[in-house]
Order: sequence, then structure tokens, then C-alpha cells
Amino acid sequence: MIQNSPALIPLTLLATAISIPVLALKKEKFAFPIAVAASFFSVVLSFYNLARILDGARISYHFGGWIPPLGIEYVLDPLSAFIALVVNVVAFFVIWHSKGLQTAEVAEKPVPYYALTLLFLCGGNGIIITGDLFNLYVFIEIFSLAAYGLIGIGERKAPVAAFRYLIMGTVGASFYLIGVGFLYMVTGSLNMADVKAILPLIGRNPAVDVALTLMVAGIGIKMALFPLHGWLPDSYTYAPSTSSALIAPIGTKIGAYVIIRILFFVFGVSFVDKDFPIADFVAWLSAAGIIYGSVMAIAQKELKRMLAYSSVAQIGYIGLGIGMANPLGYIGAVLHILNHAFMKGSLFLVAANLRKKIGHSDIEKLDSTCLKRLPWTTAAFTVSALSMIGLPPTAGFFSKWYLALGAVDKGNWIFLAVIMASSLLNAVYFFRMLENLYLRSPKVRMSEETASPEGCDSAGAFVVPEGCYLTIPVVILSFSLLAIGLWNSAIVKGIILNIIPPGM
Amino acid sequence: MSDFILGHYTYWGVFILMLLGLYGMIFKNNLAKKLIGMTIFQVSIIMFYVASASKWSSTVPVLDPAIGAAEAARYISPLQHCLMLTAIVVGVATSGVAFSLAIVIYRHYKTLDEPLLIERMKAQP
Repeated sequence: MIQNSPALIPLTLLATAISIPVLALKKEKFAFPIAVAASFFSVVLSFYNLARILDGARISYHFGGWIPPLGIEYVLDPLSAFIALVVNVVAFFVIWHSKGLQTAEVAEKPVPYYALTLLFLCGGNGIIITGDLFNLYVFIEIFSLAAYGLIGIGERKAPVAAFRYLIMGTVGASFYLIGVGFLYMVTGSLNMADVKAILPLIGRNPAVDVALTLMVAGIGIKMALFPLHGWLPDSYTYAPSTSSALIAPIGTKIGAYVIIRILFFVFGVSFVDKDFPIADFVAWLSAAGIIYGSVMAIAQKELKRMLAYSSVAQIGYIGLGIGMANPLGYIGAVLHILNHAFMKGSLFLVAANLRKKIGHSDIEKLDSTCLKRLPWTTAAFTVSALSMIGLPPTAGFFSKWYLALGAVDKGNWIFLAVIMASSLLNAVYFFRMLENLYLRSPKVRMSEETASPEGCDSAGAFVVPEGCYLTIPVVILSFSLLAIGLWNSAIVKGIILNIIPPGM
Repeated sequence: MSDFILGHYTYWGVFILMLLGLYGMIFKNNLAKKLIGMTIFQVSIIMFYVASASKWSSTVPVLDPAIGAAEAARYISPLQHCLMLTAIVVGVATSGVAFSLAIVIYRHYKTLDEPLLIERMKAQP
């Protein structure tokens, strides 16, 4: 088990994803425990992997016993172990929370839902852990196909959104595949470490430039980098809440991880920063995306749609940190992957709770009855929203702080101004929501209370228990933002400083 | 110049196929036609890989007693073909998911024509 631990997470998830439809064929209620158990197992294993790796080791698992440049290699280094831990922890809480929602949104389909969820996680973990460029493509497709299914389960408009995402996502994955083809034609290898060693020997070659451009463009679609984000708002809005809580924190973060992997660990820092400055390009697009996403989020009236546009902006922060290609920006980007996964996970779960208990997630119609009826959810929303804005004790402040330091270090004042301005814009759209939750008197909408959603009593306050499935994961996710914020220096010193790519 | 075009004729073919696929995906209104464009696009990539494996005066990568294993240069590279077998499977899976989504869309809205679809989506939320 100890030698095999890199391959164990994807394989366990794949095996459980396949066995759920078989085991839960007759009894649907088996689906949830199996999914939670598999997810919990992957969390434990990711902790174990990270603990083993912290001294800077690099564990390589050879599939089928073939030696790496020929065979497929799974690589466990601090970066992949860290991202795998983030992804699996958030996914565990979302799956836990999904039990409370099941009856509402994916009523007849718990079995396919959990099978797809585990397949999605299997693809994600595979992307994170693989050290082979073509294997990465296969995992991207597993991951994306599961995501299309998870989105398509949702409400009436969801299949249309999923269809659009499918067309765009396939183009993205295909672009990546062409890029891999060019790279293979030049280097003759598909192993990431091997390609990294061969590339400097080749020197400048247009095929390498084309390969890099196509790969970044392709993954940019998966990551929803600014002009390629078209699939994101509709998909997140119409997907079932629990799917969007799964895809929003994990899907785009994994895209960001692949960009980091390809830019810094395959092509190398000096190549993407100086020889062929695509990192700059990514940074400018991300800066545009931050402003665009924040402004669009202000214009939205529905909570999930607002969060979707805010995701575009937050992905921009990560892209900006990556594109600056200096240590501080990189720390900011990796820390923001962690923070944003927790923040967006928690916020989408809040939206799910509102839809389930209040019956809608329309910002205009929310009022202080929420506070009485769902005190813990409201508290969780407040903490996450403050973290999104970036108030000091919460985690969001620190990643922005590192990003700002990176911009200063690079001497690019426009990036600094973008980071500051977007914090202000974040404050605008989150305080609007907070104002409604805390201050708005409920009298305005008494007449609309006719169609009472599940668990709603005409007497109102304190009648509905929030339910442990609905509340506990949200509260843990959002309050851990405070913990991440307080111990951020430990995370940065202990983990992220180990994973700064060579030559940065 | 003629060498630039004629010397790379397979790649030009692949390029034209790719543009054809992109055109279908972007400009056609019918969702089924978009899917056809997507398939053409995926096939063009398969052609690209296979073309990159071929070379003159060499044979299929199956051990031939007349040549033997020592002269590896006389076989074409088998790796691209293996990769593309995987890519074909992935393409089939993608088309399967896409068609099932198209069927669900048709059941809900009774059309696959995009302008009409958007109209109906606005009319019946």
C-alpha cells in the first residue's frame, strides 16, 4: 500500500464509481454511504500522501512496472499532494451535504448522481497525480464527461447549458491534444519530466511555441480563463446546487493546476516568462477577467448566477498569480486555489440551502427571515463573503496580499490597481446580499408567502431545524476559512514554499 | 513556396478538416449539425497524429521476419496509433453524452434549432 499510494486514490474512486450502479441497483439508499466512504478514504489517503511528501521527496509510481519515459508515471510531489488534498476535502464536504438535498433536486437519480460524482473526482485526482501528457488528456476527458452529466441532471435548462459546455470543452481538450501532438513530434516523449529535460536541448522551435499556445488555450477553456469562460455562468446556474457546489470549487481549480503544471513544470519558468512570454498574456487576460467578472456579478439578481460570475473573477486572481511568474505571485495563486475552493464550495452550499429551505435564491427577495430560519447558514455565508472580499482575519485576505506583493515585486501597478479595485467591487455585491439578509424587514414579501416551500411554517421563526446534513458541512467549510487565515503562514512556509518551481 | 504547400499536404488537409469542424460548431444553428462539426474536428486530430507517424520506405509496426527486430527504423512509430485508439474511444464517449443531451433537449423543447430553442427557453422558464 505504501508504494502504491499515488495510484490508489484514482483507482479507488474509479472502482467505487463503477460499483455504485451495481451495488445500489436494487436499493438506492446504498449509493450515498458508498460515495461518502470512498470520498472519506480519498481524504485520508491524501493526508497520508501529503505527510509523506512534506520533506521534499518525490514519489513516482510506474504503471505496470514500465520505467518512466516509456511507461506511464504517476508523480506525487508536494504540489500534486497539496492540490489533491484540497480537492478531496472540499468534495467530501459537498458529498456529505448532498444527502440533505437529494430529495429536492436530484430526486429520482441518486444512483447516477453519486456514480458521476465519483467519476468526476476520479478524473480530477488522475489529472492531479499523473506525470504523462497523454494520460492527462484522458483524465481531462473523464473529468469533463462526468461534469457534463452532473450539469445535465439539473433543471429544465440544464441540458442546454451542459450541451454548450460539452461543445466548448471538447474543443478545449482537442486543442490540448494537438498541442501534445506537436510537442511529441519535437521531443519524442510524453513524460512531463522527460519533456522538460529535452526541451532546452531543442532550442527555439516554432512547433514548441505552437504547442504551448494550443495547450494553454485548451486548458484555458476548462479553467474558464476570461475570454473563454462562456460556458461557465449558465452551467453553474442551471446545474443542481450540489453539482455546482462540486464543479465550481474543483473543476476550475484543476484547470488552474494543469496550467501551473504545464507552464512551470513542463516548459519551465524562463521559457514561458522570457523566451515566449505567454505567462504575461495569461496575466493580462486574467486581469481583464477579474474586472469583467466582478462587474457582471454586480449586475446579477440570482445568487448562483452572481457566484458564477464571481468565479470568473476569482479564477482571474489565480491566473494573475500564475502569469506574474514570480515567487510571491505564485504563492498567492496556490494559496488562492485553496482559499477559493473552500469559499466557493461554502457559498454554493449556502445557495443550495437557501433554495431548499427558503425555496429560491433570488437576492432581491431575500430578507431577515433567513437569519431567523437559517442562522448557521447565514453565519457561514457571512464568513465566506467576508473572505471573498478579503477582510484580514479570513483566508481571502492573505492570498490577495501575496498577489498584491507579487504585483509590486513585478513593478506592474496596473495589476495592483486591478486587485484593489476588484476587492471594492466584491464588497459591493456581497454587502448588497448581506444587507438583505440582516437588515431588510420581512414585511415586504408577506403576500408572496402563499406557495410555501418544504418545512416552511406560517409562524416563521425557529420552526425548521436546519438539519445536520445541510448545516454542518457548510459551517465547517466556512469557519475553516478563519483557520486557514490564522495559520496561513504555516501553510505557506510548510507547504507552498516547497513547491515553488525551479528557476522562478 | 510550392514545397511549403505540397510538402506538407497531409497537414494542410488536416488543417482544412479542422476549420470545417470549427465552422460547423460555430456557425450552424442546428445542435445535431454542431455535433457533426465536433466529430469532424476530433477526426482531424486523429488524422494529424496518424500523419505524424508515417514515413517513407517503412512498414507497419508488426514484427516482420524478413526485417527482424534490430532495424527499428524500418518500422513506423506505433505510439501515435495507440494513442489515437484511446482518443477514438474518448470521442465515441463524448458523442454518446452529446447525443443523449440533445435527446433530452429535444424532449423538453421539441426542437434542436438554436434560435428557436433560445426563444422557447425564454418563453417557458
